[in-house]
Amino acid sequence: MSAFIGGKNLGLTIVLGVVAVLIALPFIGDNYLVRLATFLCLFSALALGWNFIGGYAGYPSFATAAFYGLGAYVGALLQNAGTPMPLAWLGAGLGCAIFAAALGPTLLRLKGHYFAVGSIAIVEIMRLLASIFADFTGGGMGLNVPILRGGPDFAGMVFLYAMLAVAAAAFLTTLAVDRGRLGFGLRCIQQNEDAANMLGVDVNAYKTAAFVLSAIFCGLAGAIYASWVAYIDPTDVFSILLTLKVPVMVLLGGAGGAYGPLVGVVAFMAMEELIWSNFLELHHGVLGVIIVILVFFLPGGLLKLRWPQILGRFRAGGDAKSEAKAAAE
Amino acid sequence: MSAPLLELTNVSRHFGGVRAVQNVSARIEAGEIVGLIGPNGAGKTTLVNVITGAHRATGGEIHFMGERVTNQKPYQAARRGLSRTFQIVQPFPSMTVRENVAAGALFAGKAISRRAAMDAAEAHLNFVGLGKLVDAPASTLTLPNRKRLELAKSLAMRPRMLLLDEVNAGLNLSEIDEALRLIREIAAQGVTIIIIEHLMKVVLGLSQRILVLHHGELTAEGAPEDILEDERVIEAYLGDRFAKRRQGAQS
Ligand SMILES: Nc1ncnc2c1ncn2[C@@H]1O[C@H](COP(=O)(O)OP(=O)(O)OP(=O)(O)O)[C@@H](O)[C@H]1O
Ligand SMILES: [Mg+2]
Repeated sequence: MSAFIGGKNLGLTIVLGVVAVLIALPFIGDNYLVRLATFLCLFSALALGWNFIGGYAGYPSFATAAFYGLGAYVGALLQNAGTPMPLAWLGAGLGCAIFAAALGPTLLRLKGHYFAVGSIAIVEIMRLLASIFADFTGGGMGLNVPILRGGPDFAGMVFLYAMLAVAAAAFLTTLAVDRGRLGFGLRCIQQNEDAANMLGVDVNAYKTAAFVLSAIFCGLAGAIYASWVAYIDPTDVFSILLTLKVPVMVLLGGAGGAYGPLVGVVAFMAMEELIWSNFLELHHGVLGVIIVILVFFLPGGLLKLRWPQILGRFRAGGDAKSEAKAAAE
Repeated sequence: MSAPLLELTNVSRHFGGVRAVQNVSARIEAGEIVGLIGPNGAGKTTLVNVITGAHRATGGEIHFMGERVTNQKPYQAARRGLSRTFQIVQPFPSMTVRENVAAGALFAGKAISRRAAMDAAEAHLNFVGLGKLVDAPASTLTLPNRKRLELAKSLAMRPRMLLLDEVNAGLNLSEIDEALRLIREIAAQGVTIIIIEHLMKVVLGLSQRILVLHHGELTAEGAPEDILEDERVIEAYLGDRFAKRRQGAQS
């Protein structure tokens, strides 16, 4: 499916290369780079997670932050209750899966704009609940999570590897889904849900499966984030900005494949870093500008661009210029 | 008498005040080719929608192979062997022609893997004459080819019963002949067929039995030759003044 230049093997080679660099990073890079890499893995996990429901099934979900926040809170509460950190993370993933399985059949009955609005409402409701039940969640005061012992360098490495593991699991799951029955059925749903149903696709089960997969990876990422920063509050994890940013990243790279979301995350973060460091005051406009570019110029994302033709045109342009020059002489 | 393949008992479907299908009872035996005719808006498509679960029945019962299937989900109908073509064709536009058909083989036709489904798809596409276009995106097909694709998709589902909703609409005469040949071949493989068709020549030539719908009700049923003589049919198609005049002339 992927329209990666040079085909799938090149894509896989690049991914493996990046993974190798990320594994080596704690030993060769500074804290800033490790932190940036951890965010890269965090957003890769979220983007690949969103891609199941938003890309493959074509349901414009803004529920990412609901799962992310729920994962963060479940993980934090489990850890505070004495659960070992890795088990708390798994518990958070499981909790998010159950939540999505319970919510999916109802929410996924909504289509298009209605689904988009419904899914963003879930984030708001969750944020309110986290604020209201202060006895349990700490409310607006936030919630502290035990800090990992062993010093900042060790912690940096642990959380980078943990995020990398979640992103890698999301990537491998995507490859499996893409090649299997589930991915095929989801693509049918994305193209024409009624026709898919008539053709024997159990559309509700398939959509819910995509929603659950999405929830698991977003929830795991949220739980690891909570342990990493050691403090969460409702506005930080049930973040509307995050819920908007993730689909924009995926659409930037190209939805509905294993590589598009990764390209989108890298491109988005590169732009953000560039603008962040050079024009701090422009930073908040970035998301808006990217959305406008996506809508008008990149409906299929960066990966769907016809790179050979574009590169060819540059070359042709160069040739034309040199020919003109030659003729003038 | 053994149970029929499909049995409709007082099936109704209303849209608000519109009685699109009203108290329809019918039995379709395995192996039959049955024509379903009636003027525009008679409720033919709605009846197909109710049988295949696209619409819920307002009332009545549907049995398929002896099993009560009233208000089944469309995907359940598909897996039970009830497959239909759409009057307005519904491809997956950005998938290839082969993938479109493979979807039918995989999700309803019990193909064991995507690979097996792709192979099955190719065979069905050759059968309907789309063998050269397997890798084309479905959105690029012409109307006659979309109709062929629709048929190949239904066949890939390995149906027991095929409901054909105006598969010939928009085709020219030679294309219709080709389609009829295909439908006969499908029937010869043991698939029971309900065909909805506006062209009388086509339905009468193909069907062993005709059901006539008018204002949602089943007004006549019988062999093609008898149906042609039936007043209620003439009334439905040509208006009751014509029928009365004819009656007057006969007496
Ligand atoms: N989804 C719907 N909502 C409301 N009314 C509907 C719907 N579908 C069909 N109808 C109405 O039900 C009646 C029967 O329509 P139907 O499409 O079943 O007729 P048909 O016999 O297939 O006609 P045609 O020969 O034109 O295809 C019509 O009056 C139509 O307007
Ligand atoms: Mg119709």
